[in-house]
Amino acid sequence: MKLMFFHLMPYTKLPADFAEKHGSVWVDIDPKLFDASEAGGMYNDFIDEFEAAAKLGFDAVCVNEHHSNGYGLMPSPNLIAATLARNTRDAAICLLGNSLALYNPPIRVAEEVAMLDCISRGRIIAGFPVGTPMDTCFAYGQNPSSLRQRYYEAHDLILRAWASDQPFAFSGRFNDQRYVNPWPRPLQKPHPPIWVPGGGSVETWEWCGRMEYVFCYLSYFGYQFARSAVSEFWRYMDKIGKDRNPYRTGFLQFVGVAESTEEAWELYREPAEYFYGRCLRISPRFVDPPGYMSEGSRRAKAASSVASAAKIAGKGGVSTEFDQIVKNGFVIIGNPDEVAEQLRKATLDLNVGHLMVLLQFGNMKHDLVLENTRLFAERVAPQLQGLFDDEWEDRWWPQGAARAANPSARVR
Amino acid sequence: MASGRGTGSQPEREGAMSEVEERFVEINHRRCRIWEKGKGEAVGFLPGLGGAPRWTPFLDRIAARRRAIVVSPPGFPGSEGHDLLDERLDWVVALLDLLEAAGLEGKDLVGASVGASLAAEAAAVGRGLVRRLVLIAPFGFFDEREPTTDVWAQKPRELPGLLLSSHPERFQEIFECRTDADSADAMEWEIQQARAMESAARWLWPLGDTRIGKRLHRVTRPALLVWGADDRVIPPSYAKRFEQGIAGPVSVRSIPRAGHLAEIDQPDAVADAVLEFLESPIGH
Repeated sequence: MKLMFFHLMPYTKLPADFAEKHGSVWVDIDPKLFDASEAGGMYNDFIDEFEAAAKLGFDAVCVNEHHSNGYGLMPSPNLIAATLARNTRDAAICLLGNSLALYNPPIRVAEEVAMLDCISRGRIIAGFPVGTPMDTCFAYGQNPSSLRQRYYEAHDLILRAWASDQPFAFSGRFNDQRYVNPWPRPLQKPHPPIWVPGGGSVETWEWCGRMEYVFCYLSYFGYQFARSAVSEFWRYMDKIGKDRNPYRTGFLQFVGVAESTEEAWELYREPAEYFYGRCLRISPRFVDPPGYMSEGSRRAKAASSVASAAKIAGKGGVSTEFDQIVKNGFVIIGNPDEVAEQLRKATLDLNVGHLMVLLQFGNMKHDLVLENTRLFAERVAPQLQGLFDDEWEDRWWPQGAARAANPSARVR
Repeated sequence: MASGRGTGSQPEREGAMSEVEERFVEINHRRCRIWEKGKGEAVGFLPGLGGAPRWTPFLDRIAARRRAIVVSPPGFPGSEGHDLLDERLDWVVALLDLLEAAGLEGKDLVGASVGASLAAEAAAVGRGLVRRLVLIAPFGFFDEREPTTDVWAQKPRELPGLLLSSHPERFQEIFECRTDADSADAMEWEIQQARAMESAARWLWPLGDTRIGKRLHRVTRPALLVWGADDRVIPPSYAKRFEQGIAGPVSVRSIPRAGHLAEIDQPDAVADAVLEFLESPIGH
C-alpha cells in the first residue's frame, strides 16, 4: 500500500455567501474575489504542508492542474513540483497534470517532466490527464471534439521523444515538428511511470489496461460513490485479461483525523462545509461541451467523474452539511483507529493500492492541516502500510523513490 | 465518389417526410445524407444548430415551389465523418465536395446558423459554385462589445428558449425523440443529436471570429441576409458586418418575433423572404 499526500491548493477566502451570489467556482469565477497578497500566504502554507508530509514519511506528494478555478490554485503543477523536487528527499512526486492537449508543442511537457525527473533524481510520476471540460474546453478554449485525438497524439510524441536516441521529425495530425530532440531526458528508463486520472470512461480503462498505465479515480465523493466505477474498471480488466494488481489503480479520499471522534466532528465541520458548499459550486453550463464525452461513453451511460459530480450537484444531491458529508463517505473522519479501519475497508473493497489522501480541504487552517497530517502519518499510516505488499508488486512506482524506500538498493 | 438512392433508415418517416427522397453520397469515404422534395429549379439548404433530424414546415414551403435539396454536412443527422475534419479548410473542402455530389453546383444555396457560415465559406471559396446565396443568422464574426451567446455553455433545458423566440415548443417538435425514452431508438436519437452539436463545435468552437471577413469580398453573386429580430444568440446588428463584407448586391430582411433558428420559429415569414429573393430577377 502506498500512502500519498494530495493537495488541491484551494483559495481559502471565498466569501460565506459565495454559493448564493456566484454562479460558478470555475471558468467564470469572479476575478474580484482574488486577493494576491492573501494567495501568497496560502501558497507558502501549502508548500510547507507538502514538505511536512514528505518529512513525516508519506510515500508521495501529489500535485494537480486546474485553470480558472477557485479550489485549485495550481495551473502549473510543474512549478510546485519543482520546489518539492528540491525540498524533499525520498518521496515520489506525483504530477496529476499535465493535460497533454493544452500544451503546444506538447514536447514542453516532455522537457519539464524530464527536468523534474533529473532534479528529483528519478522520483517523478508523470500523470497524463485529458483534463476536465472546465479546464480544457472552457478555460483553455480547446475544441472538445478533437481534445482526445490531440491528447493521444501528444502522448505518442512525448513517449517517442523520451525514447528516441536521435533527433527525429514528427509529422502528426495536429503537430508538425521538423526537429524533435528534447534536452534534458528523464532519468528513469524508459520513462517515468505514467498514471491517468479518469472517471467512468470505458476508453480510459481500455487505454490504461492496454498501455499498462495506472488508472486514478479522482472524485470528491469518497469510496461509497467510487465503488461502482472502480468495480466496473476491475471487471473490464478481467475482460481484457489483466490481473487484479491493486497497484493498477489510485483513489482519492478526503480524511480528517483527531485524537477523538468528538474532536474530529468539531474540527472538520467548517473546512468540509466550505469545500462542498462553496468550492463545488460548479455551473452545469460548463460540464458537457459537445464532443467531450465520447459516443462510446454516452452509449455506456458512463459519465465522467466530473460529469457525475455536476449531475449530483444539479440534482441538489451534493451534501453541503457536515452530517451528510460524513454519512455519505465524502470525508472520512474520526480518531486514528476509526479512520484506519474505514480506509482499510475502503481500499480492500475497492482493491486500490495507491491511496491518495486530502488532509487539507476547503478553508482548513494551516495548523490543523499539519496536525491532521502528523496524526495520519504517525497513527493511521502504520495500520495501513504493508497492505497488499505480500501478494502484489507495485510496478508503477518511480525508480528513484523506490530506491529511497529500500535503502539497500540505494544507488545515489 | 459513389452515390445511391434508398428509402432511408430514419426511425420516423411520417407526415411531411413521406414524399422526401433520401440518398447518400460518400465524402472522405463516409456517407452523407441528402434529402430532396419538390419540383422545379434546385435550391440547396444547409441546416443550422442541431441539423435537420426531421423535415420541417419551412422546407415544405420551399419544396412547394422549388426542388429543395437538404444537405447534411459530416456529423449532422444522417451523415458521418466529422471526426476526420480538423481544420476549417477541411470543412470547406468537404462541403464543396458535398454540394457538387448533391448536384448543387451553380444553384441557389440557403444556409441557417452554423450551416449559413458554411454556406458563406463555400460561396467565397468556390466563387462559381453558388448562384444566389441566402444566409439566415450566420456565425463568423465576433465583437467583444456585443458578443454572441455561447450556445455550448448552456443548461440543456434553457436551449429551446435561447434558440427560439415565439415558439420554443417547436424545438421539441424538430429535435427531440418521439419514442419511448428508454428505447434503443431514443438512445440512437440522443447520440445523433449530440453528434450534430459536436460536429458544429468541431467546425466553430469556441464560437469566435472565423475570419470570414477576409473572404467575403469573393461573394459577388446576389445575397440575402435573414435575421430573427429576437435572435439572442447572434445580435441582429451582425447582419451589417456581412452586408458590408459581401461584394455582390446584398439585402437584409429582419423577421419579427423570430429567434436564432428563425426558419423554425417563423417558417412562413422566412420562406416568404427567401422565395421572394430567389424568384426576383437576377440583378435584384
